[in-house]
Amino acid sequence: MKVNGVSHPAPLEARRLLSDHIRHDLGLTGTHVGCEHGVCGCCTVLLDGAPVRSCLMLAVQAEGHDVMTIEGLAQEGGPLHPVQQAFHECHGLQCGFCTPGFVMSVVGLLRQNPDPSADEIDEGISGNLCRCTGYASIRRAVHRAAELSKQ
Amino acid sequence: MKPAPFEYHAPTSVDEACALLASLEDAKVLAGGQSLIPLLNFRLARPAHLVDINRIEGLDRIYERDGGIAVRALARQSAVEDSDVAMRVCPLLVEGVRLVAHRVIRNRGTACGSLAHADPASELPAVLLALGGHVVARSTRGERTIPAGELFSGVMETSLAADELLIEAWFPASPTPYAIVEESRRHGDFALAGAVRAGSRLALFGVAPTAVLVDPKDPTNGLRPSGDLEATPEFRLHLIKVLIERAFAA
Repeated sequence: MKVNGVSHPAPLEARRLLSDHIRHDLGLTGTHVGCEHGVCGCCTVLLDGAPVRSCLMLAVQAEGHDVMTIEGLAQEGGPLHPVQQAFHECHGLQCGFCTPGFVMSVVGLLRQNPDPSADEIDEGISGNLCRCTGYASIRRAVHRAAELSKQ
Repeated sequence: MKPAPFEYHAPTSVDEACALLASLEDAKVLAGGQSLIPLLNFRLARPAHLVDINRIEGLDRIYERDGGIAVRALARQSAVEDSDVAMRVCPLLVEGVRLVAHRVIRNRGTACGSLAHADPASELPAVLLALGGHVVARSTRGERTIPAGELFSGVMETSLAADELLIEAWFPASPTPYAIVEESRRHGDFALAGAVRAGSRLALFGVAPTAVLVDPKDPTNGLRPSGDLEATPEFRLHLIKVLIERAFAA
């Protein structure tokens, strides 16, 4: 499988979850693991460009596919991805634990719908839980991300 | 490692998948995995074998058949949601799919998987029942059609045999008027109660061990919803009465 454009060998055990493979075998700890049953959204990654829960996939199922994690969005030292920039500008995070999942979900949302309405944004982020912000600043960040993505 | 050990099989054809299901003891089919993998992570399910059908080519079609919409085993819920032909022929199905979890889950989850999993609070079994659709089951013994009314046998139990693969679901065209309404604590959660109206037919979910087809003239007769942390039986009964009214007001 390719992760952030780099080919990696197959996981050794079929029961290895994609989330654990990314974190423990590949050392990409930007993908966070919260509930491990698909509720919190922290572990969201892009699979062939579409956001999915990495805790609800076996790593072997990603063989032959392209996975993108939060680390793949921007080059080290380079400018932030528009969604990252928007979360930064709008204070769309406090502790940051849920942020990688939110960012990957929003990247997927804006690819599917570059100009979402307020309701569509609420629907788009409804699968991610944040216990700090109360979501208001995250909503603003998604509006800002849509603006920045168009520039 | 969260899931207990299992042997993993990734057949590349339907015949190969059916041969595996016929020969293996204690095998589960893995399609979208959005219900099965949580069960594996919690070790509530510990199958000896997983037969992953995701490598089978061409099993993701959504097409018009016999005046309805046929959805193959690997069609993702998001693909059904975005399907023009599904929207044209059976908008009730598309509306039902939009209530299933969240888009990120629907990117992976399959419509047929929802039916085979048969959670009593899930939307698609009730949609299939209200419409009077069917599923097609394939095994090495051949193919058979199971009407919706004979598919759901208990909480997360169906009449599919252990060696059968649910290969296609068929949803008849939506009659008018139609409606699907539900109440849940948060958007995307499992419904506390829900109702699907297809013309004069009414199916309920979340209020019995399976989705149930009921008489619209006396819909709650004999209904005994269970209680849990989120809702008492009395509250569920109250909710379903309100929801049925809304479904028929639509």
